[in-house]
Amino acid sequence: MKIGVYVCECGSNIASTVDVDKIVEEAKDLPNVAVSRVYKYMCSDPGQELIKNDIDEYNLDKIVVAACSPRMHEATFRSVLEDKGLNPYVLEIVNIREHVSWVNSDKDKGTEKSMALLTGAVYRSALMKPLERKKVGVIHTALVIGGGIAGIQAALDIASMGYKTTLVEKTSSIGGKMSQLDKTFPTLDCSQCILSPKMVEVNRHPNIKLLSLSEVVAVDGYVGNFKVKIKRNPRYVIEDKCTLCGDCLPVCPVIAHDEYNQGFSPRKAIYISYPQAIPASFIIDPDDCLGINPLICTKCKEVCGPEAIDFDMQPEIIEKEFGAIVVATGYAPYPIENIGEYGYGTIHDVISGLDYERIVSASGPTEGKILRPSDGKIPETVVFIHCAGSRDPSKHLPYCSKICCMYSTKHALQYKHVVHNGTAINFYIDIRTAGKDYEEFYQRAAEEDKVIYIRGKVSEVLEDGDQILIKGVDTLSGETVELHADMVVLATGITPSEGTKEMASLMNLAVDINGFIREAHPKLKPVDTAIAGIFIAGTATGPKDIPDTVSQASGAASKACGILSQDELEIEATVAIVDDSLCLEVVACVLKRAHIALLRCK
Amino acid sequence: MEEFEPNIIGFLCNWCSYAGADLAGTSRIQYPPNVKIIKVMCSGRINPMYVVNALQQGADGVLIGGCHPGDCHYSRGNYLARRRIAVMKRLLEYIGIEPERVRMTWVSAAEGRKFAEVVEEVTEDIKKIGPMKKIRRENVW
Repeated sequence: MKIGVYVCECGSNIASTVDVDKIVEEAKDLPNVAVSRVYKYMCSDPGQELIKNDIDEYNLDKIVVAACSPRMHEATFRSVLEDKGLNPYVLEIVNIREHVSWVNSDKDKGTEKSMALLTGAVYRSALMKPLERKKVGVIHTALVIGGGIAGIQAALDIASMGYKTTLVEKTSSIGGKMSQLDKTFPTLDCSQCILSPKMVEVNRHPNIKLLSLSEVVAVDGYVGNFKVKIKRNPRYVIEDKCTLCGDCLPVCPVIAHDEYNQGFSPRKAIYISYPQAIPASFIIDPDDCLGINPLICTKCKEVCGPEAIDFDMQPEIIEKEFGAIVVATGYAPYPIENIGEYGYGTIHDVISGLDYERIVSASGPTEGKILRPSDGKIPETVVFIHCAGSRDPSKHLPYCSKICCMYSTKHALQYKHVVHNGTAINFYIDIRTAGKDYEEFYQRAAEEDKVIYIRGKVSEVLEDGDQILIKGVDTLSGETVELHADMVVLATGITPSEGTKEMASLMNLAVDINGFIREAHPKLKPVDTAIAGIFIAGTATGPKDIPDTVSQASGAASKACGILSQDELEIEATVAIVDDSLCLEVVACVLKRAHIALLRCK
Repeated sequence: MEEFEPNIIGFLCNWCSYAGADLAGTSRIQYPPNVKIIKVMCSGRINPMYVVNALQQGADGVLIGGCHPGDCHYSRGNYLARRRIAVMKRLLEYIGIEPERVRMTWVSAAEGRKFAEVVEEVTEDIKKIGPMKKIRRENVW
């Protein structure tokens, strides 16, 4: 065996605190070393040529380079070996710059440490075996989990690049939280008007297969070759046959709370969550319906002209293979009933931001009139409390929910636009308007629409006759504030949704301290996860507004297409193998779906 | 008498601690040259025998660096390492070796300063404990 040792001076970066000539000389006495040289810049073209010439001249088998960190130039020197027909993995890098010369000014000690590291590397080099890079095929289909705006955008982008995409949504319709919003900041354009065309496009896109009422229950495999099990729950209405005629509605005897309207209006047991829902089909809620096990009532089935109702539908498991996965499982509002002092759940007219969206929406329970829930009167004073559950590390969520300054401002503005002589008061900790045209929006609310902003936290919200008493402190004047309002809107914090938590644990995705899925790198790999081939978009990674969510979704889609567009993927050769002599065959690794090359294991 | 300069082996994970050590370098933070770094893919890859072998064959102490809890590139390799090292330190104590010779720490890729501080602490600690003399054996390659 012949090993070539190459020591880099890195100009004076290494040479000034390491006696490179000395270690080059000493290296010659190490076992198997055929040649040992020093050069000013080993990574430069002449430096690389030097190694290449020696490989020819001395017939070298292995190379040891003592230079900067392998994170800098391991790839550079591997390609040198590859050019000369050597296996690129029989290269050993000794980090004598970041780990020696830059952190130590004593030349004798630096030289001694460098020599120790180099000696170890030469011995290690002798033990190195060539590795083969594996190639695997790629299945050219994508899976998008979650049908909110992030999932919709990702699915549309992947599909329009020509790849078959399956969009899995847990509920009966895609659209997610955005479908419940009335208007969006800062442009005040109607949420449904910009969302529903995209939903329709998902439905009619030839490359998108939409699975509503479905959940991913198992994910196996690896980049390019994921095997996924999807459980499809029964709708009890055949999607393709339902014509949305609504003949079933008047005959259904069951009345339930309408989740889409946050429980402010009733619905029947057979219903469509909102008129623009996709898939455009009614659904029967099995918990409410009297027709499903036991069969007591069949009124809807009797009147259904297209014979779309099937009480015997069963859940089915769909098994499919995908090349890439986008996780867009979204958020859930913080359970504000946890904030006892705000009275949500006990005082009727204390509502959440999402409740308010439905009340103010033209398609909502009050058809856009702002009426308070308790007695249906128009509230003359409305208090909007920011950071309900957010930025409260001692009791609730430590982080900022990012969007609630903006949507509370929007809520106040919408109130002023409907109730012109009403009073809108916002209690805030800080106003955060970091986004395009956001600050202007806030200025407009405060100056033109006379929305009142009080800097301070509300300490207590109490029922006082038919009004609400709000106690707080104005931290700018330092005075306590007590005022009466007719309605209170809490700007709810944002937490990872159940789906986000489930998918993270199902796929072994790392989560941060708050339970959101962690990016591979918070700045430079914002849509990658630690697992190759699985990407993330939207609020599954943390609080986000719609523009950020959509751009992240497009980013995740293009990253997914980067995998789908290839016929073969080269898999890094440095992977774990199983030492048969030590393996006890307890298959814990298989059960844990550890990401090791179990392919090689018997 | 010449001051005892301990020989310390540092097993650092590829993703966090090794990169943290690189950052100490690029930030030019000075620290004692006693720790010789060996890169492993994950702190979970560190077989306790690596540590024992190091202590038998010339090292006076061993430093193990992994990603912070929750940050492991392989999800939970650092948790496995933590358990193994905890058990191994008890075993070392049982056979009469100071368990303080082995130290495990979390250093992220952004903590160059912390890495340098840990190296200083470890070097000082091992200097106090003194050279490793028990269960020595020849280095047989």
